[in-house]
Amino acid sequence: MPTWVQLVFLACGVCFILALKGLSGPKTARNGNLLGAAGAVVACAVPFFWGDLNLKHVPLILAAILVGTVGGVYGARTVQMTQMPQMVALFNGVGGGAAALVALLELQENGEYFDWFPLAATAFTIVVGSVSFAGSVVTFAKLQELMTSRPVVFPGLPVAFGGSFVAAVVLSVMLVNDPQMWTGIVLGLLGLLIGMLLVLPVGGADVPIVISLLNAFTGLTVAAGGYVLSNTVLLIAGTLVGASGTFLTLLMANAMGRSVANILFGALKGGSTLGGGEVSDRPVKSAGPEDIAILLGYAERVIMVPGYGLAVAQAQHTLRELVDVLIARGTHVDYAIHPVAGRMPGHMNVLLAEAQVPYEQLIEMDDINSEFKHTDVVLVVGANDVVNPAARTTPSAPIYGMPILNADEAKQVVFLKRSMRPGFAGIENELLFDPKTTLLFGDAKDTLSKLLAAVKAL
Amino acid sequence: MSEPIVWLTIFILSIFVGIEVISKVSSTLHTPLMSGANAIHGIILLGAILVTGSTDNNLALVVGLIAIVLAAVNMVGGFMVTDRMLQMFVRKPVKKTAATDGSGETK
Repeated sequence: MPTWVQLVFLACGVCFILALKGLSGPKTARNGNLLGAAGAVVACAVPFFWGDLNLKHVPLILAAILVGTVGGVYGARTVQMTQMPQMVALFNGVGGGAAALVALLELQENGEYFDWFPLAATAFTIVVGSVSFAGSVVTFAKLQELMTSRPVVFPGLPVAFGGSFVAAVVLSVMLVNDPQMWTGIVLGLLGLLIGMLLVLPVGGADVPIVISLLNAFTGLTVAAGGYVLSNTVLLIAGTLVGASGTFLTLLMANAMGRSVANILFGALKGGSTLGGGEVSDRPVKSAGPEDIAILLGYAERVIMVPGYGLAVAQAQHTLRELVDVLIARGTHVDYAIHPVAGRMPGHMNVLLAEAQVPYEQLIEMDDINSEFKHTDVVLVVGANDVVNPAARTTPSAPIYGMPILNADEAKQVVFLKRSMRPGFAGIENELLFDPKTTLLFGDAKDTLSKLLAAVKAL
Repeated sequence: MSEPIVWLTIFILSIFVGIEVISKVSSTLHTPLMSGANAIHGIILLGAILVTGSTDNNLALVVGLIAIVLAAVNMVGGFMVTDRMLQMFVRKPVKKTAATDGSGETK
């Protein structure tokens, strides 16, 4: 490898480090991302200028890059902000799939010259890349509601999972001893099966954690692929993503008060996040939009708690209008953002930013939790689990230990809900039955429009 | 230092760097960070190009081209979707200053 190529690759590796560093701060995030993109483009351009490499099939390669680029741009441009998590899952999956295919090709071309360690790395890349691909596809199907978002468990699933895992290990050992193409292909198929079996039992609410985990898997796959191809930039980029992705997964799981093992295998033990989902028939207090409008209109301090239901109903804009009207009336209004509001950590910030909600009005949980005591009305729109006191009081609840918004400390709580169906975690919310709680039933967008009209008429 | 040790060194150091650089991330940025990291592993496109460009086997060529398409989707789509998300964080304050001072000065 010529020195200039190695130096360019080193520079690209540094770009990726700075990109991740930039992405972890709000002010630097956008530039960080652009720097990462620049590094990736430069690295991918290198083979075309690397004379000694004698790259073949250049027109076909360029055409394939063009097709992929068009596909990626189309997906990235057209995806709705609410569907962002499944788009990320899909992008991650195709990356994993690509890594597995690259490893298979390398096995076919150079497998017979490989030592045992590169062969083991090849086997790892094929299996984990396929796991990432199949897992991401199932994740996508779950979030896109192409299939049920409940955990899918069938008798024998643990046996099938364990069996395929052991088979993959055995075949990997076989591949290292005797690098045959068919072994690699079977390993890929086993990886696909493992990926499906891994994600099927995960409930909808936990899927974002799985996306993050699969993202880390793909990173490690790319790192192993980099070792197989003796390419430093792949090794550095892949390892960075693998390490930061694993760490991010743990951060997210912590924010939900769960362990990663419990998320992945909870359903197998029966301790699934998605419980019965039964509708309770206990009495609740409900009211019409006009009553709630009076409550809001004459309150001094109001906090909005937005949840995924708000985004599903596409009601962010209406909520912002309502808040604007209330602020114009002299009410102090903020949005309380739970770290896992929406479908992914930080997702709600993206959704509200899209609706042009000023950044300063979005207050994070730790900063706003002490404010609830002094608040007249909390309006919970399409959220449930993030204000469920069971997280504090009921050790048997699946969300026990998850930090929540202290909405129950406010003087009045209003829930905008479609029905009495429990939230994603599938557990009943005691706060709904509290005497200071009022429910306003209906589609979030519809109800908020009525509420807006009623507040304007005050 | 033997070659495998050099690789191992890069690997281990990258792990620490990867954890260290994101250790102070606020939960607001978890989603864009995940998406950005996702785009970075799209660098497998480079691997796909190198492997495809060195094969003489027609079947391998087809498989390689598929890998290139998939990797390009990952890389290009990943960076673009991350940028779209981050644009939303930045846009609002920018608009606000433009609306209040009206002079169009960004400094």
